[in-house]
Amino acid sequence: MKVAEDTPPTLSALDRPNSYIGRSVPRPNLARLAKGRAQFVSDVTLPRMAHVAFLRSPHAHARIVGIETAAAGKSPGVIAIVTGAELTKVISPWVGVLTHLKGIKSAPQYAIAVERACWQGEAVCAVVARTRAQAEDACDLVEVHYEELPAVTDPETALDPGTRVIHPDLGDNLTFERTHAAGNPDLGFKDADAVVETTFVFGRHTGVTNEPRAIVADWNSAEARLTVYQGTQAPHMMQNLFAKHLGLAEHQVRVVTKDVGGSFGIKVHCYADEMAVVALSKLLDRPIKFVADRIESFVTDIHARDHRIKAKIGVKQDGTITAFEIDDLTGIGPYSVYPRTSGIEANQIVNLTGGPYTCPNYRARARVVFQNKNVMCQYRAVGHPIATAVTEGLVDLAAAKIGMDPLEMRRRNLIPDDAYPCSGASGIKFEALSHHACLAHLDAMMDYAGLRSEQKRLREQGIYRGIGFAAFIEVTNPSAAFYGVGGARISSQDGVTIKLDAQGAIICQTGVTEQGQGAEAVIAQVAASAFGVPLERVRVITGDTDNTPYGGGTWASRAAGIGGEAAWQAGKALRANVLACAASILQAKPESLDIRKGIIVDQAKGAERLSLDELARIAYFRPDTLPPGFQAELMATRHYVPRAWPFAFTNGIQASYLEVDVESGFVTLLKHWCVEDCGTVINPQLVDEQVRGGVVQGIGAALFEHCVYDERGQLLNGNMADYLVPMAAEMPDIEVGHVVTPTADSELGAKGAGEAGTAGAPGAVMNAINDALRPLGAKSLTEMPFTPARILDALGRI
Amino acid sequence: MSTLAHDISLEVNGERVDTRVDARTTLVDFLRDALGLTGSHVGCEHGVCGACSVRVNGTVVRGCLMLAVQCDGMRIETIEGVADTGEIADLEQAFIARNALQCGFCTPGMLLSAQELLMSMPRPGRAEIRAHLSGNYCRCTGYQSIVDAVEAVAQARAPRRSAAREDAEK
Repeated sequence: MKVAEDTPPTLSALDRPNSYIGRSVPRPNLARLAKGRAQFVSDVTLPRMAHVAFLRSPHAHARIVGIETAAAGKSPGVIAIVTGAELTKVISPWVGVLTHLKGIKSAPQYAIAVERACWQGEAVCAVVARTRAQAEDACDLVEVHYEELPAVTDPETALDPGTRVIHPDLGDNLTFERTHAAGNPDLGFKDADAVVETTFVFGRHTGVTNEPRAIVADWNSAEARLTVYQGTQAPHMMQNLFAKHLGLAEHQVRVVTKDVGGSFGIKVHCYADEMAVVALSKLLDRPIKFVADRIESFVTDIHARDHRIKAKIGVKQDGTITAFEIDDLTGIGPYSVYPRTSGIEANQIVNLTGGPYTCPNYRARARVVFQNKNVMCQYRAVGHPIATAVTEGLVDLAAAKIGMDPLEMRRRNLIPDDAYPCSGASGIKFEALSHHACLAHLDAMMDYAGLRSEQKRLREQGIYRGIGFAAFIEVTNPSAAFYGVGGARISSQDGVTIKLDAQGAIICQTGVTEQGQGAEAVIAQVAASAFGVPLERVRVITGDTDNTPYGGGTWASRAAGIGGEAAWQAGKALRANVLACAASILQAKPESLDIRKGIIVDQAKGAERLSLDELARIAYFRPDTLPPGFQAELMATRHYVPRAWPFAFTNGIQASYLEVDVESGFVTLLKHWCVEDCGTVINPQLVDEQVRGGVVQGIGAALFEHCVYDERGQLLNGNMADYLVPMAAEMPDIEVGHVVTPTADSELGAKGAGEAGTAGAPGAVMNAINDALRPLGAKSLTEMPFTPARILDALGRI
Repeated sequence: MSTLAHDISLEVNGERVDTRVDARTTLVDFLRDALGLTGSHVGCEHGVCGACSVRVNGTVVRGCLMLAVQCDGMRIETIEGVADTGEIADLEQAFIARNALQCGFCTPGMLLSAQELLMSMPRPGRAEIRAHLSGNYCRCTGYQSIVDAVEAVAQARAPRRSAAREDAEK
């Protein structure tokens, strides 16, 4: 079995004698998941719990004329039927804007639609019953009278004067617009020997978490507290939102997150139906459970990536890129999603396009418009797959135009590894990246020259294989610059509390959350290393606002880089406290002692002086034997937030090798490579698996995944039989390599790794398909997903 | 809306269960809601994702595509039962060592499907493993680690299996 190496590395300044940094130790929480003993929110039941089912609008846009509930109210098991208007007495509406996205606007959104439904799938009425089945039975008996309104479904015409304005109070359908220019783009294009211009289209797709969104809300009026079990990435953010919109103080709200069946950014937003669940619990004073079914997931889980980008690149005959230009148009749905907004993806595309390259001339425009479709918001690698595919698609087209090898073209334009710190064309700041080291590593790992000769040989036999590259940058470890400065109560700092238990083990509580990526393992590894105990003596507690330090949770690949650094600092602080106590017991100097493998030893010789168990016994049960005035402090908390850089950018490069069947249009993925640089690698196996999982999500976008809407705003394929996701048989093996450039912003030096795979894969696959078809004179494929029909169309066969 | 209820008797993880179920209750809802066996998961409820996989009379089926009433007189095994017997302890260990699960929601179904393959085909190749698991959706791993883990268990079991065969032939 190809288990990644788990050999303790050579000690660095950062390492301690029993370091787990850089080791592929297994995650501590896997056995319960493998044995069916986990607890997902969909497994939670509480006494007196009732279930809610939502009646959802079948229309993309409709006025709600009336709701008749009498028949439904008599249905067996029904406890309450609640409309949007009734729920406004309990919960206030919200508006998804941030002050640093200048000019962004949205309309008030309600937990359940009031007067008007704005997309197919928006909840218009809630039915609470003893069982979910009974609630669904009664939903069938609720009669809603709609007056269908014209649906705005084409972003291209959303701003036309003749198009209906979805929210008349806002004046138009423009959510957000940003323009940006750097250097002299006009001169850049004038100086170019060749200019390539094309339009890229990205299919709207969604996260398809295996466990749908799930929530159990339990308002207990006897203690005036709301406890919410929720599959979420950000418990403290949700605590704030529940409190704010129910009119409670935050300390009256506890959010508990147990095992989460996949999130990928889907579960970091405020969903109207989940807000309705907490409101219903408050209204009915009992626990209410809601688990979205798969059809509901497709019409209500945030969608992403519905972008049309007109793009242009200028290039000299020697391969020098002289300018980039993009014009992005994206249709997001009827509301900007709260509280992160739906302007961020377009904003990221403006920030990231052209990012890996030295080209100083750049012009960008992004427009975000309202639509009567499901809402769009941040999903894994927000904006990156689009910016990367656009940039890398342009680079490949330019290379083909001037007859240059695509890898050579990249070698000539990637920012030199010794140029840092520096800024990208859009003004983003890079601390230290390693594009050229990654490219060289990839070149060798994939045997590029060998593959090219194989490709040539097979073409002569009528077999069309393609090689595609995608260099990328990734935003990780966000500071307050992402959301906090815009007024959202989304914490960029995070904390770790470590306490010594009465037998010498340590318990770590942290605000970062486990979504399956391995946050618990990483926190445990770092804390064990910093403090000095074997991993078996570390327990990690996450996902409970009552019992963890305040923090942001899991998003933008922050758990290892930010939570890890907090764990490192907390571990060191507790070690100092424990050594102070040991010194007082042993009548030694603290600096002459150390903790190694769970034992207090002599710093110089390593000889055992005192077990942690014994120290805990004395400190907790016989403090009377300690010197007068000495108080042992056996719990330490440290917080961390990046300050020197707004984000820790990472970088890397991917390659795809595939074969296109020119008769059927089917693509067979043969192999995929990714070399990335996420700084200090805490657990190599976990990083590799983040990359692999991310790559496959990116492949899904490139080849399969598409939420198909008709012109009336009806989702045509909202089920897993018609919406295709990557399954085992179609996926390639993925080879992962690393270059390590730690960030100097933290002692640990770790950056994020969660989005690298998803960022680069679609562009790499796109370029590989076009590379395969180029000798056949096919039109360039730039509209994802690349279905067999689109490939045959590009070949002129249909 | 009334639903017909039926008395059924079945064996679940080696224990006899006599109960009354609504005709419309799916097997997986019955296992989770009536028996509290929450290791089988509900992912899509239309037979695509495989998260609800359980064994019925020894065959892996989708718990969302079978009704509880259809299981009258049958032998049901869920992940809890199969894990408790130790039958797949090596697979569990391989999944853990190889990090072949992230969120773990698909894992019970994935393990049962993998075990079904290994029982029917002693030395499957990677393509055969991928093909057999292609009815189990995993959003996290990208599948390679799962294929690695199943391949490793197949290899580890092979000598044991041939030794057992030799013993039987003696």
